[in-house]
Amino acid sequence: MSRIFKLTICAIVAVSVMMAARFVQASQSIDFNRDIKPIFEAHCIQCHGAKKAAGQLRLDNKASAMKGGISGAIILPNNSRTSILLARLTGSDGQAKMPMGGDPLPPEQIELIRKWIDAGAVWDEKMEVGSQKPEAAPPIHWAYRKPVRPTVPTVKNPAWVRNPIDAFVLARLEKEGLQPSPEASKETILRRLYLDLIGLPPNIKEIDDFLADNSTNAYEKVVDKLLASSHFGERWARPWLDLARYADSNGYEKDRPRVMWKFRDWVINAFNQNKPFDEFTIEQLAGDMLPGASIDQKIASGFHRNTLLNQEGGVDDEEARFETLIDRVNTTATVWLGSTMGCAQCHNHKYDPFSQKDYYKLMAFFDNHEYKILELGNSEGWVVEPELELPTPEQEAKRSALKNEISQLETKIKEESAATVAALTKWEADQIAEAGKWIPLDPIEFKSTGGATFTKLDDKSLLVSGENPERDDYVIKARTSARNLSALRIEVLPDARLPRGGPGRDPYGNFVLSSVTVSTNEQAAKIATARVDNNASFFDVDRFLKPPKTMAVNDNPGGWSIDATRDQNERLPRQMVLQFETPLLNPGELTVTLKHFAGGLGQGLGRVRLSATNSADPMQVVRIPAAMKPVLAMPAAKRSERQTADVKKLFRDLSPLYKTERDRITALKKELDNIKIVTALIMGEKQTYDRPSTYFHERGGYLNKTEKVYAATPAVLPSLPDSAPINRLGLAYWLVDESNPLTARVAVNRFWEAIFGRGLVLTAEDFGTQGEAPSHPELLDWLAVEFRNGTESGSDLASGANPLATARGTVPERWNIKALLKTIVMSATYRQSSKASSTLLEKDPYNRLLARGPRFRVEAEMVRDLGLSLSGLLSSKIGGPSVFPVQPEGIWNNPYSSDKWLTSQGEDRYRRSLYTFIRRTSPHPAMSTFDQMTREVCTVRRPRTNTPLQSLTLLNDEAAMENARALAKRMVSEGGGELKSQVAYGFRLCTSRAAKPAELSRLLALYEQQLTIYRNDEKAARQLTRTVEPTPLADFAARIIVANVLLNLDETLTKE
Amino acid sequence: MDIANSSLRHITRRYFFQQSGIGLGSIALSSLLNDKLLAEAIKPTATKKAKNIIFLFMAGGPSQLDLFDYKPALTKHDGQDCPSEYLQGERFAFTKGVPKLQATPFKFKKHGQSGNELSEMVPHLAKHADDITIIRSMKTTQFNHAPAQIFMNTGHQIAGRPSFGAWMSYGLGSENKDLPAFVVLISGQANPDGGKSCWGSGFLPTVHQGVEFRSKGDPVLYVSNPEGISSEVRRNSLDALRDLNSIKQQEINDPEISTRIAAYELAYRMQTSVPELNDIAKEPASVHEAYGTQPGQTSFANNCLLARRLVESGVRFVQLYHWGWDMHGNGVGGDIVTKMPRMCRETDRPIGALLTDLKQRGLLDETIVIWGGEFGRTPVNEARGGSKLVGRDHHPRAFSMWVAGGGFKPGITHGATDEIGYNVVEDLVEVHDLHATVLHQMGLDHLKLTYKFQGRDFRLTDVHGNVVKKLLA
Repeated sequence: MSRIFKLTICAIVAVSVMMAARFVQASQSIDFNRDIKPIFEAHCIQCHGAKKAAGQLRLDNKASAMKGGISGAIILPNNSRTSILLARLTGSDGQAKMPMGGDPLPPEQIELIRKWIDAGAVWDEKMEVGSQKPEAAPPIHWAYRKPVRPTVPTVKNPAWVRNPIDAFVLARLEKEGLQPSPEASKETILRRLYLDLIGLPPNIKEIDDFLADNSTNAYEKVVDKLLASSHFGERWARPWLDLARYADSNGYEKDRPRVMWKFRDWVINAFNQNKPFDEFTIEQLAGDMLPGASIDQKIASGFHRNTLLNQEGGVDDEEARFETLIDRVNTTATVWLGSTMGCAQCHNHKYDPFSQKDYYKLMAFFDNHEYKILELGNSEGWVVEPELELPTPEQEAKRSALKNEISQLETKIKEESAATVAALTKWEADQIAEAGKWIPLDPIEFKSTGGATFTKLDDKSLLVSGENPERDDYVIKARTSARNLSALRIEVLPDARLPRGGPGRDPYGNFVLSSVTVSTNEQAAKIATARVDNNASFFDVDRFLKPPKTMAVNDNPGGWSIDATRDQNERLPRQMVLQFETPLLNPGELTVTLKHFAGGLGQGLGRVRLSATNSADPMQVVRIPAAMKPVLAMPAAKRSERQTADVKKLFRDLSPLYKTERDRITALKKELDNIKIVTALIMGEKQTYDRPSTYFHERGGYLNKTEKVYAATPAVLPSLPDSAPINRLGLAYWLVDESNPLTARVAVNRFWEAIFGRGLVLTAEDFGTQGEAPSHPELLDWLAVEFRNGTESGSDLASGANPLATARGTVPERWNIKALLKTIVMSATYRQSSKASSTLLEKDPYNRLLARGPRFRVEAEMVRDLGLSLSGLLSSKIGGPSVFPVQPEGIWNNPYSSDKWLTSQGEDRYRRSLYTFIRRTSPHPAMSTFDQMTREVCTVRRPRTNTPLQSLTLLNDEAAMENARALAKRMVSEGGGELKSQVAYGFRLCTSRAAKPAELSRLLALYEQQLTIYRNDEKAARQLTRTVEPTPLADFAARIIVANVLLNLDETLTKE
Repeated sequence: MDIANSSLRHITRRYFFQQSGIGLGSIALSSLLNDKLLAEAIKPTATKKAKNIIFLFMAGGPSQLDLFDYKPALTKHDGQDCPSEYLQGERFAFTKGVPKLQATPFKFKKHGQSGNELSEMVPHLAKHADDITIIRSMKTTQFNHAPAQIFMNTGHQIAGRPSFGAWMSYGLGSENKDLPAFVVLISGQANPDGGKSCWGSGFLPTVHQGVEFRSKGDPVLYVSNPEGISSEVRRNSLDALRDLNSIKQQEINDPEISTRIAAYELAYRMQTSVPELNDIAKEPASVHEAYGTQPGQTSFANNCLLARRLVESGVRFVQLYHWGWDMHGNGVGGDIVTKMPRMCRETDRPIGALLTDLKQRGLLDETIVIWGGEFGRTPVNEARGGSKLVGRDHHPRAFSMWVAGGGFKPGITHGATDEIGYNVVEDLVEVHDLHATVLHQMGLDHLKLTYKFQGRDFRLTDVHGNVVKKLLA
């Protein structure tokens, strides 16, 4: 059936391709019905037809058309040149171009009309335009027709049917001559139910209780319990977060972190509270626009704030915003409409009835959002959308108190009085005195290891010339009679003879000094610390004083470097002071070695002078920035206003007089930073009365902006309901409106897929003509109508046998997610054993016919959650900020970013995996090995693979070993005194069933074998157990190996 | 009835295990069989010349004007205003106002028989002037790092499509069944801006994503046994695991379990093969001397040597990333005068050694070596914030790459740019053309290597790409 349908489509596509090809063939004769009529129908008769006859012109039949309108005859057969029709289509008569308000006809169509007129305007009188459907129009694809509740089929074996799902499934099986499988064992079905509804395995007591409960509704009781569990929301938030492309970072290059977890909490809570799917939808798409929107509703609107944000320096902000809009359109279409709308960004959809214009009309709904462009200078900046601050009342109070105090202190510090003026004068004098305490050293010998040459100048400085290699040591021996030297100063001076005036020797006049050593009488002088006069905070003192012995090519050279091309304050006399650990009493001679090994190119010092001091505070001179030294040296009266202000500021920044206030401000600012108010990214809408609009983009390119288009829903789908406003909120209402044929089908199909591993429509992301046809179309529609409308009272299912009806009581509830899931898991279809006979495997390898239960490896997050849960490590805490569980070193290393993965401590190390911090460019490697997606774009279906890298992860990962150790301990503490019962206990924890004798003995054999090994290798046992506990080490080690195997069992990782 | 996609019918488990040349990716599973694991019916075309690819990805956008595309006009007019006809309607990442033309600070010379013209920055590459094919007429559509890198690696600027290597793995599998088909090696100060999407599998099954071989820690993540677990203990536990899984398999008859058993066995073999392969220390001293390698370090040189070992062992696609070519000149160390010598010192010698080594071993004929970044640099000085350093902004309109081996025509310079190197004026090669041409040399028709996703047949070359015949021998 579906095949024939597809063939038809193919044939139709082929026909239209042929027709298109024909248009370009000039010699082809023109056929009115084939070539002209479709043009009139598409572009003309809406206004010039029987109904409207604008300008008294009708083109729907030959007689009227030939008669013409108020301008008279418009078609003059054999004479296109004088036919008004042509003039109006080409606009050559200077009047408004037809079609009015629409796109001009493509030239090839105008050409066809011209040829048709010139060939005599042949028109069969019987052929009326608009009287027939255009022959090329395909029948409407099933998915675009509103689902209606199908009749539940009758089956030969009604006893098997627990609810209508089973009737649909069984009817199909009976047609295929197949039998459903028997019900799965109680243990198996219990584990399946736990994993499906809460994503965690049952514990031993829960298994025992269920096995012991022989009441008829034992199963349903468990279902209800799990639906009410607060872990339900965690399990179902997970796939939704794939759709929402939720992540904790912005994506691209720096991939900065973002605070978005409040949205995740909202999703978890929404599932837990069983928020109806229509509200769930509306709040996420437009919660911010709801009248009197609550904080939660605003947080929900963050759904579309999960888009990527490119914060690279050179980004074109408007282009980045355009890409955001594209993502919002595509995601909305995928999540709610199951449609590949993205195809229509650049051209009309090739297979589905979405035009490129439909695409931009849909985009218009999103293009009225609130945003601004943050300019950071130097072309840097990005699009900023609203952020909601969520301070607690305490935080709010603390914040304003801190700000208040800071501002008071800042004012206070600036107050001037006679006392402060006097202090300033004294401070200035002190600075000058301090500068005078330095005595230049007289260089008596100087050489370079790299071939540089020196000229001694009158001021005792050395001007450097000659070679300038990457590596060069200047060794300067200098004489001094000064005593008690507390520090050495290196001055690097500009000089016109240096490149661009120096003070360095590279082509820009810059230098990089990598390290310095000082010795006196062959004894190295110990240097306590060093300081430079500008940008001191960027100077890495420790590295300068203790540079690495060898430098790898990739290492950052470090050192004291200047950038005189960018900042002219850098091309001034520059200073570095090296303070000795203990003063040099009477050195006489000093040997100073100035080392350059930064590499890249020669960057030696250009002109250098050494001096020494016995000052008690030798660092004082370098606290004054290079640019301020001449200002301070100037008489106060000669300073400009600006210079005076600069001196005062420096005084306030450095004088001990203000130390208390300065320290206090620093502390307060730190406290302010530490308040850590939680935020959430939300949507906002610009206030406007205009209908939202955007621009059409030719071929989808950002730069090819053309006409303005206004918000509207795709033509093939219903229009907005009358009651809905024409904006993003209206679009949300429309998605969940009764008339929308797609939303309910798409949603129920995804829930089905999560449980059975495959959707009824396999291509859950594509319900279009290129998607797979549904395996059970009636079942899909029944579920969709049931979900959208709630169970109809009086329907064939309102009897007590229908769990949905009982779950809801008497009032049908619309869009009830828990009820939908309950209907599915209560079915006999769901409860089948997943064992497959060879015949069944051959006939239906993918279980599309549902003659057996589902069986597949669980998703990445569940793999990890299972390990934590079985070993007893899992934290049951729900919600909150993202966490950082164990991850190998070196995963995060983004350009222009210093963010580091700091492993969470305590409980947060063992949270459920949906709380793991997701950095888009650097996902957790174990998760991506198990097919977790990077959340850059919306993902409906993850691939499900089975690879050796997964095996390695579960065998060797530090986290896996932590689980194995914990499980081994748990086996001992909970599994009874006997080894055998402990192993059996571990097996049962992992699989929810008792081990068979063969399984148990195999595990015991493994144990014995390892026990021998570890008894003979205490070191290995210690490494493995990481314990000093009194437990016999080898016993514990062997149990860990058993636990590791148990956690790697196919059955452990599989939902069966 | 035919509910299962009939075209997949023949990909049974047995089929996979019979295939000798598919490698790590071949571990399929029943649940995956709905999706295509490997491209079907891809019979290498008669054009197949090469088996392997080594892609030396120079992340950050190296300056073609200082390495491969010498422009005397820039030297002549250094410091003059850029003629306005070039700037009309242009968008730059950072450059403002009327920028000044910027000469290269480096000297160029013709080398070898071919007379390929190269900068003094690449003396080792210059010895291979007759082995390489320089393309001076590359063009891309993106002018920011992350999108441009993702574009160069996936054929689309927004993350989420399969990468070049993933397509190779999907199209051809691996030659070595104990190793992945697609290996990624990272050096430089940071990971590439485009992140792991540059070597992701997109919508292809994740077995096709690039597997990172690391110089520090585990050579491949999780490949080493934890402390206290010897190879013997590991073997014992895998034996037990196999026995227990087999019991389950007999009971439930799920072919997935057989696949899992095989995956664990392969994992065990990888535990030996990967560290051996990754350990370059055993290479002779002469090799270390040639490459400039220091075992145990993270360096581009080590990765070049490792790349040779990997292709020798049958890895299909080895991609090296070396970040640091972003030379805006907005700060010392980030300018062309300072940074270019440093980047070239890190990369030139090992690249020369790699080409020599491949050639000596007869591997260059069947290996395509590709060198290049995500875009080029402008002929004008960016002068951001008034900086006087020599720096160039991102330039997508014209840049250079080179290829060697694998049936490319050696010793030629293909394409040309205008007087100042602003636009391509001859033999334009777009990113998709390069992809199409490399696929062609690997025996794949870029129009036929497709994967259906969301209702559409996707290709590495999107809806573009032409094989550039002039580049081929």
